[in-house]
Amino acid sequence: MTTLPSTALEIAAAVRSGQLSALEVLNDHLARIDARDGEINAFNLVMADQARAAATAVDARVAAGEDPGALAGVPLALKDNLCTRGIPTTCSSRILEGWRPPYDATVVQLVNAAGAVSIGKTNLDEFAMGSSTENSAFGPTRNPRDTGRVPGGSSGGSAAAVAAGFAPISLGSDTGGSIRQPAALCGVVGVKPTYGMVSRYGLIAFASSLDQIGPFSTTVADSALLLEAIAGHDGRDSTSIDAPVPSLLESLGRGVDGLRVGLVTELMGEGIAPDVAARVRQAADALAAGGAQIGEVSVPAVAYGLSAYYLIAPAEASSNLARYDGVRYGMRVDAPTTAEMNAATRTAGFGEEVKRRIMLGTYALSAGYYDAYYGKALKVRTLIVRDFERAYADFDLLLTPTSPTTAFKFGDKTADPLSMYLNDICTIPTNLAGHPAMSVPFGGGSDGMPVGVQLLAPALGEPTMFRAAAVLEAAAPALDEVWS
Amino acid sequence: MSARLTRDNVAKVADLARLNLTDAELERYTEQLGAVLDHAEDVASLDLDGVPPTAHPLPLVNVLREDVVVEGVDRDEVLSQAPSVEDRRFRVPAILGEEP
Repeated sequence: MTTLPSTALEIAAAVRSGQLSALEVLNDHLARIDARDGEINAFNLVMADQARAAATAVDARVAAGEDPGALAGVPLALKDNLCTRGIPTTCSSRILEGWRPPYDATVVQLVNAAGAVSIGKTNLDEFAMGSSTENSAFGPTRNPRDTGRVPGGSSGGSAAAVAAGFAPISLGSDTGGSIRQPAALCGVVGVKPTYGMVSRYGLIAFASSLDQIGPFSTTVADSALLLEAIAGHDGRDSTSIDAPVPSLLESLGRGVDGLRVGLVTELMGEGIAPDVAARVRQAADALAAGGAQIGEVSVPAVAYGLSAYYLIAPAEASSNLARYDGVRYGMRVDAPTTAEMNAATRTAGFGEEVKRRIMLGTYALSAGYYDAYYGKALKVRTLIVRDFERAYADFDLLLTPTSPTTAFKFGDKTADPLSMYLNDICTIPTNLAGHPAMSVPFGGGSDGMPVGVQLLAPALGEPTMFRAAAVLEAAAPALDEVWS
Repeated sequence: MSARLTRDNVAKVADLARLNLTDAELERYTEQLGAVLDHAEDVASLDLDGVPPTAHPLPLVNVLREDVVVEGVDRDEVLSQAPSVEDRRFRVPAILGEEP
């Protein structure tokens, strides 16, 4: 089964030209899932029948002389908070177990229209709240590189699916790092696009001003390919940016000569594991070797990012998750009155972390505390935006670790929510600013687990970000390269 | 704002959020949420007079579309997913303390 091409670009080219059948590609990936997903638990649902039908349709179009599209015959895994019509969509929560959405998310329509073969729905921290996928109601996903460790989260299933070779590409969502952190911990590429670049229609909302859908892949080029396929204006998302989609694949070969890249000082010291920081410096050296000018830059407000995020995101979540009331969809626990039914349903349907965040957000928004917490957090968000603006006056891109550490072991952080939240310090500021950022694998830590380095760009700076990502990919040390 | 979150605060918030908590959960959440709010004191104690709030990363404006009929989500498909339905409507228990 190793004779088949492994990247989405290669698979799509071979399928479009008739050299390879989409069904053959699919069966190969289904066999890998059969062999190993019992151990990894990347999928909440493997859509084998639907996928076979989709792959057969792609093959029929090729046989008829048609072009199925840029993702022709490429197996693709979908985070289970993306609505798929008639196919269970759970958010890894009991409260939505068995629910079959009456519509497809816009990104699902787009990847299907581009010829991709949706292969399954991937596990996540319940409602995307978490950094380890340990908060799933259906059991944790395991890191394919070491099954004693977490894959990161919340899109842990989508990251693990790509890392394990179950699908060459997948989609996740990123509210405070939920694509980039698991990408780093699993050793794959993960991208959070500019807020508004990808339609959120059909993405089940966690924190609406922060959520953004993005790709996972094993190569930088495959993320460029998938992001081009899902980006663009959508009349069904009022926050969708009405601008042409930038060409990303074209930008990949352009190098970094003359680009100014800043190392963010606040994210290189305390709280960052020394082996991770060393890889980031090594990545900076690789960019310098490509002709980039490397400097250090202070973005002071990122120090307040975590606090602001853990007030804003739960506040938005407490409002968004009010809809799970046992009336319109999902589970209901019967009780004599509607108010009692609402509470009984939510109590039985939500897991511990979701309840914690709903309460935190409800408190932050409640009378007497609004100004002190939520109101202050929104002002800090302004400071973060301003500090990034200052940094981008002098630099084209910023470079940081993606996660302060490599993948941690199961149970290490579950007893102390704050220690779990601290895992997001490097990724959160970009969500608050609405900017794009991506994680690129760059060798291993002292424990041999993957390290991700994070590239940050100003809004709509994806083409420049991908140029640098391609250079880092080419220069990345092997995962097993021994530490000196 | 250094006042520590109390068990009564958490009980009130749980009621507002329509969550029934056991005594053990109340205890645990009071502790855990208190720790997060303590961490957030770095923000709560900042002097931010004159700084405007940012609720959203984009300069949003209302988006309007042409007032033309488009196909919506299928009603029966939506209702098929509801826990309880009557006469093609969502059915709920008593709302005002009366038996339905």
